Amino acid sequence: MSHLLDVKNLEVNFKTYGGEVKAVRNVSFHVDKGEIVAIVGESGSGKSVTVQSIMGLIPTPPGKIKNGQVLFDNKDLLKLSKREMQKVKGSKISMVFQDPMTSLNPTMKVGKQIEEGLKVHQHLSKADAKKRAIEMIKLVGIPNPEERYNQYPHEFSGGMRQRVMIAIALACNPELLIADEPTTALDVTIQAQVLDLMKDLRDKMNTAIILITHDLGVVAETAERVIVMYAGMTVETGTVEEVFANPKHPYTWGLMASRPNPQADGKERLVPIEGSPPDLFSPPKGCPFAPRCPYAMEICLGEMPPEFEVVSGHTAKCWLNDPRAKMAQEEIAAGRVQK
Amino acid sequence: MYIIKRILMMLLTIWVIITLTFVIMKSIPGDPFASDANVLPDEVLANMRAKYHLDEPLPVQYVLYMKDLAQLDFGPSIKSETRSVNDIISDGIPVSSTLGIQALIIALVFGLMLGIIAALYHNRAIDFIAMMIAILGISVPSFILAPLLIKYFAVEWHMLPVASWGTWDHTILPSVALALSPLAVIARFMRSSMIDVMNQNYIKTADAKGLSTFKIVLKHGIRNAILPVITFIGPLAVTLITGTFVIEKIFAIPGLGKYFVDGIFNRDYPVIMGTTIFYSTVLVVILFLIDISYRLIDPRIKLSSGGN
Repeated sequence: MSHLLDVKNLEVNFKTYGGEVKAVRNVSFHVDKGEIVAIVGESGSGKSVTVQSIMGLIPTPPGKIKNGQVLFDNKDLLKLSKREMQKVKGSKISMVFQDPMTSLNPTMKVGKQIEEGLKVHQHLSKADAKKRAIEMIKLVGIPNPEERYNQYPHEFSGGMRQRVMIAIALACNPELLIADEPTTALDVTIQAQVLDLMKDLRDKMNTAIILITHDLGVVAETAERVIVMYAGMTVETGTVEEVFANPKHPYTWGLMASRPNPQADGKERLVPIEGSPPDLFSPPKGCPFAPRCPYAMEICLGEMPPEFEVVSGHTAKCWLNDPRAKMAQEEIAAGRVQK
Repeated sequence: MYIIKRILMMLLTIWVIITLTFVIMKSIPGDPFASDANVLPDEVLANMRAKYHLDEPLPVQYVLYMKDLAQLDFGPSIKSETRSVNDIISDGIPVSSTLGIQALIIALVFGLMLGIIAALYHNRAIDFIAMMIAILGISVPSFILAPLLIKYFAVEWHMLPVASWGTWDHTILPSVALALSPLAVIARFMRSSMIDVMNQNYIKTADAKGLSTFKIVLKHGIRNAILPVITFIGPLAVTLITGTFVIEKIFAIPGLGKYFVDGIFNRDYPVIMGTTIFYSTVLVVILFLIDISYRLIDPRIKLSSGGN
């Protein structure tokens, strides 16, 4: 079966005065129809660059897609002309950005901003586009849609603006919605509402969603599959149940351990991952996490780990999963790890 | 409510300008008949001064002038016996405003276009060429540009008339000469404003919607980028008004500028007052229109009548 979106060996570089930054290094993953896939990772791990290159939103220069394929409905998006890509953007794949406060045009009525895509992609008449825009405003749970249609973004709260962004993104019934940290700029109660809304709309419209976040709580609550990224690479992928119950990469362990524990009395200290991510001007030869990894072995520093398949669909790029690393596995299992 | 308050404030501003001009004008040594002092006997001079109430104390003169002004009578011109200041102004307005408005339109249209193109091709050859033109436009004064235009377009290539006024052809060279420096400033303003806007997140949103670059620029870029440029139109209007004095002189155009300048040399008090009132009214009205247009362009800006 072919996937809705299949990213293969994607490599993206950025030219800077200091040299070329290898922002995304050999990333492969797929998304199926109607599925919610989360991409997690710390800042600078290449999450946003990955999805922006899917949408062709990487400014070139300074960005450059060095290698790879982005197959969507079996067509390579990276090979499309600018004009062909404009037909895909907003109609088949659309995007919700991180900061709803700056992502809407301040001088254009909200309704008009929702309509724009409809007019370009579905060639709707003025009246039909307006009808559909009001429908969308209603669908994303904004009260008084007719009145809201004629208002400007500054008359909306942050959460409401993110709903508008979702309405814009879903207006043309896309097959894939990319949400780049859609809740990071919102406060916690609004976060839950927006996530529920996205899940709800997925159920109604069967839109696949790529959800970028650095919040593991959001992943557990919303996604079906998760991709963990580190230093421009995918380090672990699998279903949410698998990865949360049985993580196989020390970086994932670190992420899980650094979450606050709701059962704790509040005096417990958070456990950070020591050190900082590698310099992507000249990434290390071996595993990029090895310098920070408490379980690093000799091979980790010298050789890039391949992708080990733990169970079907659950992979981890870590030498600890090599059958030859049995001793280390046992030692870790014996008690040095809190998963 | 806001508009009424603004109009009252505008009237107050103009009154302050009138009063200050009146006081400053009278404090310049000499009077309209100073050049006749050697020729005419003292009695005649005294009679002439009395005719124009110049023998009265300053406050009385001021009250007399304001009384006439309240009936929109700018008084007689002392130097030109046949024409009143009202005649001079109403003859000059069509000429000077044609020149000013045409120059403003040229400056805005081409300045904005140049700025937008430069911004879209940021750091590429087109950008550098556009900005070189802009630097030239800012640094070459209109009184140098005007003779150059005359030399080539009128004298050598016979495309347009050399000077004077009459047909629309006569208006082209002076309008262009007047427009160039504001055009260059507008282009630079628009370029930096546009570069800033095109890096905003909502432009990325528009891009992600699948809009063409043309639509993104037209619907999302320009309207947001134009606001700082609108602010500049106020000072620009001043440049154009003072610019017309020079340009009208070079092209021998019968506009208001000549009377304004000559009026000061001749101490032709009613002419000085009349032209000053006219120009300051134009300026105050332009500033008012700019404030109104902010609201039309940016819905976040609220016009309120009081500070809070």
